[in-house]
Amino acid sequence: MEKFNTHTGLVVPLDVANVDTDQIIPKQFLQKTERVGFGVHLFHDSRYLDHAGTQVNPDFIINKPEYKDASILLARENFGCGSSREHAPWALQEYGFKVIIAPSFADIFYGNSINIGILPIKLSEDEIEQLFQLAPNAQLTLKVDLPNNVVTCGDLSFKFSLNEFQQYSLENGVDSVGWTLNKLDTIKAFEDKMPAWQ
Amino acid sequence: MTTTAQTMYEKLWQNHLVEEAEGETPLLYVDRHLIHEVTSPQAFANLRFHNRPVRHPERTIATMDHNISTRSIKIDAAGEGAANQLRALEKNCKEFGIELFGMGHKNQGIAHVMGPELGLTLPGTIIVCGDSHTATHGAFGALAFGIGTSEVEHVFATQTLRQNKAKTMKIEVKGQVGAGISAKDIILAIIGKTGSAGATGYVVEYCGEAIEALSMEERMTVCNMSIEFGAKAGLVAPDQTTFDYVEGKEYAPKGEMFAQAVSDWKQLKSDDGAEFDAVITLEAKDIKAQVTWGTNPGQVISVDGIVPSPEDFSDAVEKESCINALKYMDLTAGTKITDIQVNKVFIGSCTNSRIEDLRAAAGIVEQYQGQQVVANVDAIIVPGSYRVKEQAENEGLDKIFIGAGFEWRLPGCSMCLGMNDDVLAEGDRCASTSNRNFEGRQGRGSRTHLVSPEMAAAAAITGHFVDLNA
Repeated sequence: MEKFNTHTGLVVPLDVANVDTDQIIPKQFLQKTERVGFGVHLFHDSRYLDHAGTQVNPDFIINKPEYKDASILLARENFGCGSSREHAPWALQEYGFKVIIAPSFADIFYGNSINIGILPIKLSEDEIEQLFQLAPNAQLTLKVDLPNNVVTCGDLSFKFSLNEFQQYSLENGVDSVGWTLNKLDTIKAFEDKMPAWQ
Repeated sequence: MTTTAQTMYEKLWQNHLVEEAEGETPLLYVDRHLIHEVTSPQAFANLRFHNRPVRHPERTIATMDHNISTRSIKIDAAGEGAANQLRALEKNCKEFGIELFGMGHKNQGIAHVMGPELGLTLPGTIIVCGDSHTATHGAFGALAFGIGTSEVEHVFATQTLRQNKAKTMKIEVKGQVGAGISAKDIILAIIGKTGSAGATGYVVEYCGEAIEALSMEERMTVCNMSIEFGAKAGLVAPDQTTFDYVEGKEYAPKGEMFAQAVSDWKQLKSDDGAEFDAVITLEAKDIKAQVTWGTNPGQVISVDGIVPSPEDFSDAVEKESCINALKYMDLTAGTKITDIQVNKVFIGSCTNSRIEDLRAAAGIVEQYQGQQVVANVDAIIVPGSYRVKEQAENEGLDKIFIGAGFEWRLPGCSMCLGMNDDVLAEGDRCASTSNRNFEGRQGRGSRTHLVSPEMAAAAAITGHFVDLNA
């Protein structure tokens, strides 16, 4: 996993609540055995006017030319709800998003994002509203500073927090499986004490 | 000595806590890992890349469910993409020593139907699967939750997971439900009350007389939809109903070991006086048959109600969601729910494809005494597993359905998510016993109304929703 330190990027405001992972990456694109090839299908049903994905929907905000280089997604509450598919953060990452900012996230999506190196940032409803006010017309560029847990834009700055180990893992690009494999003795000791039926 | 009263979740947590190291997320032991073709291949690929084995292959069981055809047991029957994933699962299971219930196997079925019926699902265990409806197994008093593919890989390699401790929510359903009210109606009414993200960050424990009265199948339906209001997991305290269900199942402990297990399982229920971070109470007698009208499971109303108007919501986000949902669903505020016409019916999914669900649907079909599925409606029944299918056929349920004009299919996830060819067309309106009414879930531009098996059966025969208690 790539290390995450600071990131400065253009914000695209997706003013929708309860964006579910079916919307982020519809089921017909889950039939892959690799981790790549999902970015082109991100938000497929909104991004394209036809099922085959040949006609771009010019009204969908992510398609607007001024947001072409956006790398920070701003959204409303309960982002990433529904299916546990990690294909959703894979698609967002491959498209070019490094940070997602919302007032709340679904639990599984939140964890999946951190596990692949996307930073999900929770801010208060008021802070999110302020960002939505600033974001139209591709006017909002944010600096995200993970080590200091702060998002800034000019004089504006918002603090955010992350679980200690998740922060450490993101900053250092920790191989979480390798990390736990170093603790096999502890795991074996636990197994030795488990009841037989378990 | 003082002891603190603990919730069931806290007990399950303590019993599985391998390590809580300074500065690290707690490490929990995973007893049972269920896998399927869609969310596992990338995890296997990473194991191979790092040259890491599956640490306890005997604790993982694989099934084919998401992608498969419900018309044929041939692996190629649902297209090339599906076949690639199914073949990859066969190859991966063989290479890493994992037992697989593939196409045509007597144990094949939807992971969350197959696990319980084989006794792979046990009280007091932690069960994970790369599927958000894993909460189903919480019906047994197991801590069960959905995980992403990176976590699937972590479980393969270590048999553990890192998890932050969730908050606890108690949902008590007091008293008894009225006649004809199903477990699906109970859970939809709960989600209607909490909203579709009302339990985000919580593990929910369902309790109260109405929950205790439920069969294991019904408890599974309730726990299955825990994720639909954001809960990490749903739990029901194991009791005699649970022990009787588990006893004698193929993979369940036997004899002395079963007795020891039951004795341990009896300790799991929340202690008297245990404190929850949130408590929600419903009166069972107030719960009526439920139908979703919108595009998330929280947008639900009683069958005797009307489609709400944006004006009914004070919260700006809910108001906006209502406007968008009415547009997508092509519904007008004020329309009676019983006036909504459907042209597709799907009875199946990990929520409602067990034997009791099929019996309930067949019972409604029989009440209509020889009436057929109405001419403009296509109705399919997809049993949750081969065992359910076989049982239903032994009871003659298939004949009731086929005789009334339903299609009787082979087991799989099918139209719940439409990864195979069981997909709705644009503009189709479906009465569905599944768990998600998201935009495009069952097919681009299609419209889903979540209902019980009874309601779905009635909609198939009449072409619209029916207040069966009227």
